[in-house]
Amino acid sequence: MVSPKGEISKEVADAAKMCFQCGTCTAGCPSGRRTSYRVRKIVRMAQLGLKEEIINSDELWECSTCYTCVERCPRQVPIVDIIIDLRNIAVAEGHMRPQHKGTATNLVKYGHTVDVKDNISKLRVELGLPEVPPTVLANEAAKADLDKILKATGFCKIVQE
Amino acid sequence: MAKYAFFLGCIAPLRYPGIEKSTREVCAALGIELVDLKDASCCPAPGVIRAFNKKTWLAAAARNLALAEQQGLPIVTICNGCYGSLFDAAHELAEDPELLAEVNKILAEIGMEYKGTTKVHHFAEVLYNEVGVEKIKAAVKKPLDYQVAAFYGCHFLKPSEIKQVDNPENPHILDDLIEATGAKSMPRKQKTLCCGAGGGLKAAFGDVAKKFTETNLENMKASGAQFIIDVCPFCHLQFDGVQKDLGYNIPVLHLSQLLGLAMGMDEKQLAFSTHITPVKL
Ligand code: SF4
Ligand code: SF4
Repeated sequence: MVSPKGEISKEVADAAKMCFQCGTCTAGCPSGRRTSYRVRKIVRMAQLGLKEEIINSDELWECSTCYTCVERCPRQVPIVDIIIDLRNIAVAEGHMRPQHKGTATNLVKYGHTVDVKDNISKLRVELGLPEVPPTVLANEAAKADLDKILKATGFCKIVQE
Repeated sequence: MAKYAFFLGCIAPLRYPGIEKSTREVCAALGIELVDLKDASCCPAPGVIRAFNKKTWLAAAARNLALAEQQGLPIVTICNGCYGSLFDAAHELAEDPELLAEVNKILAEIGMEYKGTTKVHHFAEVLYNEVGVEKIKAAVKKPLDYQVAAFYGCHFLKPSEIKQVDNPENPHILDDLIEATGAKSMPRKQKTLCCGAGGGLKAAFGDVAKKFTETNLENMKASGAQFIIDVCPFCHLQFDGVQKDLGYNIPVLHLSQLLGLAMGMDEKQLAFSTHITPVKL
């Protein structure tokens, strides 16, 4: 498991090494077609260990994780895994967008990524569904278990920072 | 009778309860028994939570997988994001005993253990592989004559090396399921283009996400589609939510809602009232 310690992990660096910079990934990337994001460049920067440049860039967050590049890469570079690991490093070093912090806060608060709305709860009853979905929302002990996991893995810290 | 632990996720139960309701009804009609996966949490979301902290993502996913394992049931999800997270986490944990041991140290703190045996399925894949198109055709009470756009999304099919659901560049199973209702799935350009919402794009770069959606809407409109049929509440939310701004007006239904309609569920039960783009039948 990657535990971001501030450096690009050996796993990510090794995975990136497989890349021979053909650009197939960028050519089929729907985000690259619409923004200045170039996935080939991110992989190159990872090869070169340019950590600061990567974690300070908006581009790192412009991938929709659609996996098109992974499907087409002739070197089987695990591109999305690399991006995920790099994002983990960025977050561990305090680079997180407020909107993403909002999503993370929802997880801590509700155990779900979105909040509970009254009109939906009412509609659930009308549909014959339990008003509260039978998830952690309906069981405090289960929510407490999830909270322990979030705490033990350092997630709550991300939200507080 | 096939039996599954029903994993609700977040967007369906908390934004589109009609998707949850129609899934329950359709499964009952087709002889699939759904047992609520009680006490489950967010999967957690593969493009955001996993991107923030992989350890949290894996341990919380393992907790969900362990809840199903305790019941001895495979999981079924109605969301590509949940499918992506739970399938990928189950795969990683089944392949890597060291990782599993590491995760179990965390689960031990809440008195749980994951043995690594839970299988994860997507609703559409269960319908295609377990139930079959012929049985669905036989259950249709009100054949539909709409022209529709099949939207597969990404994590239903990819990474295809581990998912092996269908051809990721040229899939057909959703088209086949749609056509079982009598509706016609219209061919169009860039059928597998991402909706744009994933990977935290919707939250942080909504305008970029919208550009993905816009290309999809252009192609759908050009194909003559009267409805968009998805298999993911998050793609659903994206298509449903941004159309007005972009000047489009194509109603969005989850596959479960389309099937519910064809099997005779009334509009109220399908809860179209929560849809942002009005659903006119
Ligand atoms: S497609 Fe693969 S090998 Fe080619 S540039 Fe992208 S990551 Fe490198
Ligand atoms: S997964 Fe990300 S980098 Fe790869 S093609 Fe999709 S948006 Fe581009």
